Amino acid sequence: MDYSILVAQAINGLQLGVLLFLLASGLTLTFGIMDLVNLSHASFYMLGAFICASLTLWTGSFLLSLVLAIVLTGLAALVIELGLVRRLYTLPHLDQVLATFGMILCLDTLVHIFWGPAGIVMPLPAWLNGQINIGEIVLPVYRLMIIAVGLLVAVLLYVLVSHTRTGMLIRAGASNRTMVSALGVDIKLLFSGVFVAGSVCAGLAGMMIAPITEASIGMGNEIIITAFVVVIIGGIGSIKGAFVAALLIGMIDTLGRAYLDTVFAAFMDTETAETAAPAISAMLIYLLMAVILAVRPQGLFPPRLR
Amino acid sequence: MDNALNRSEQSKLAHHKCRSFYRRHRGSVLPGMINLLVLVALGALPVIAYLDGQIFWLDVATRLVILAIAAVSLNLVLGFCGLASFGHAAFIGIGAYAVGIPVYHETYGGFEMIAGYSGWWHLALAIAVSALFALVTGAISLRTRGVHFIMITMAFSQMMYYTLVSLQEYGADDGLSIDLRSELPLLNLDDPLHLFGLCFASLLGALLLSWTLVRSRFGKVLVAARSNEPRLKSLGVETYRYQLVAYVISGAMCGYAGALMANFTVFISPSMVEWSRSGELIFMVVFGGSAYLFGPVIGTAAFILLEYFLSRFTVYWHLPFGILLILVVLFLRGGVSGSIARLFSKRSAVSNSVSVNSTSVAEGSAPAIQGSSQARGEDTP
Repeated sequence: MDYSILVAQAINGLQLGVLLFLLASGLTLTFGIMDLVNLSHASFYMLGAFICASLTLWTGSFLLSLVLAIVLTGLAALVIELGLVRRLYTLPHLDQVLATFGMILCLDTLVHIFWGPAGIVMPLPAWLNGQINIGEIVLPVYRLMIIAVGLLVAVLLYVLVSHTRTGMLIRAGASNRTMVSALGVDIKLLFSGVFVAGSVCAGLAGMMIAPITEASIGMGNEIIITAFVVVIIGGIGSIKGAFVAALLIGMIDTLGRAYLDTVFAAFMDTETAETAAPAISAMLIYLLMAVILAVRPQGLFPPRLR
Repeated sequence: MDNALNRSEQSKLAHHKCRSFYRRHRGSVLPGMINLLVLVALGALPVIAYLDGQIFWLDVATRLVILAIAAVSLNLVLGFCGLASFGHAAFIGIGAYAVGIPVYHETYGGFEMIAGYSGWWHLALAIAVSALFALVTGAISLRTRGVHFIMITMAFSQMMYYTLVSLQEYGADDGLSIDLRSELPLLNLDDPLHLFGLCFASLLGALLLSWTLVRSRFGKVLVAARSNEPRLKSLGVETYRYQLVAYVISGAMCGYAGALMANFTVFISPSMVEWSRSGELIFMVVFGGSAYLFGPVIGTAAFILLEYFLSRFTVYWHLPFGILLILVVLFLRGGVSGSIARLFSKRSAVSNSVSVNSTSVAEGSAPAIQGSSQARGEDTP
């Protein structure tokens, strides 16, 4: 087996896992605390990508655009939270699914109106475009940076949630909302804050993936389902669960697509293996979720409930 | 065990019946007539338009009627059991491929076991495979409730999607054109009128079937389990089995709709199983009014007509459509049927019929996060 390819695939898997974590952390918090099933969460992923891409083309500076895009995505999330999402928290889940499905349609179309139907290719500054060679192993700098940023956000979130007063309220909210508001905490402010922070995380994921793929309409609709898989597997409302499940899913998905045909070829003939492997590898994460839901419906790391 | 159910519910039911019989029926005659009117219009108008030379409307109506069958089937689990399946598009896909694959093999050879042009064979295959898929996935999915049920049904439908994508022989991603429509005695499905007639009759059949089911003892258990499952279980009713049977019937009916769909579009592709299709089906049911027998038909009609008129008006038709979707959720509780029922009944009747119908769905599909895990703990068989 070629180890340089294995390392490259592992890096890809890790990068996907980190992106999924950025998406899923916001999703799991809005789900766990506000009890909101937000299908349109990945619309902020798309929005972040578009804003950052066009700002980069306009200003020419990647870092400046990243900061500006984070602020703008946060503002957009705040406006949407105040205008609409706030009204959804108390509705049944099915209604939330429908309303946020409507939000996807709206935001997709708005992006279509502002930016046109084609995607935007985002240039990468030269200092991120290189690669590091260690022997035969080639490590692309940008992917390493994505992983580093993702891990940094994970650490920040961990500190925020586990070691600050705000984090205490967030955890309390995930366990028992009613009690938190009964204790005199401004629950509306907390909800707005969590929604905006989660959306910014999703936007950040979009901003970082844009130079690799490109900013395109509907880029969120594929990944939102995977992010939900992560949330369900990790346990609704658990940041730790989201982190573990995201890395797990990222690795399984990437390595499955790369190596499943080799694995299958070991115990069936090559032709069957080559036809079966792509299908099985694409549904691997759903299989995993179905198994976990059937055996342990509350997920791997459910928040403790009272 | 059923006697126990009857005895304990009897007195309450009798009391409820006496008190509200008159008021409820005063409120349901007019909506019933509206439903009948919609159904007659749906059956007659496109045919008249077609005979007048406007072929287009018959096409729209055929698609509408087929999707309405799928929506009626979804309503069996979503409306009457309170279980929001986010994966019903998978059954449409199964039904469609159950037409496409036999026709393909009959034309190009190979796999003679299932090859054939016979419509009976296609429908039987569609129903059988859908029912089997529903049985297997339902047996697992029904161990969960609430949002977990939504997600696990979606997961199974995604698996079906990727399975279809991987079928290289049948066009994989690009799909497959069907060379010949199903052959049925007396009918020639190449004739749009015959196809529409078959679909419309099937819709009537589907409505009749779900009406019979809901009025039967079986249906009463489903509705009772929707509003209070632990209570029913404590009375000794195995709700799991009832719900599984309902899920299988619903899946089979939806697979049947898929077989009709393949005959209508003469083209099958994995995109029929995309998760957004399942979302659209849910929209049809909820917009029309889940838990109302006729709701899905009204919802589907609204969906198709909106899609048609909005997309003629602007290329950005998803924007007004999305806004409408949000408004429906925020302001149209109980869907169109619920609103009609409210319109024609006095306030007291509303609190009787509508609240029984719509809020119990809400309870069933959306337990609070704390409650749901407790309930699940008790639920798991």
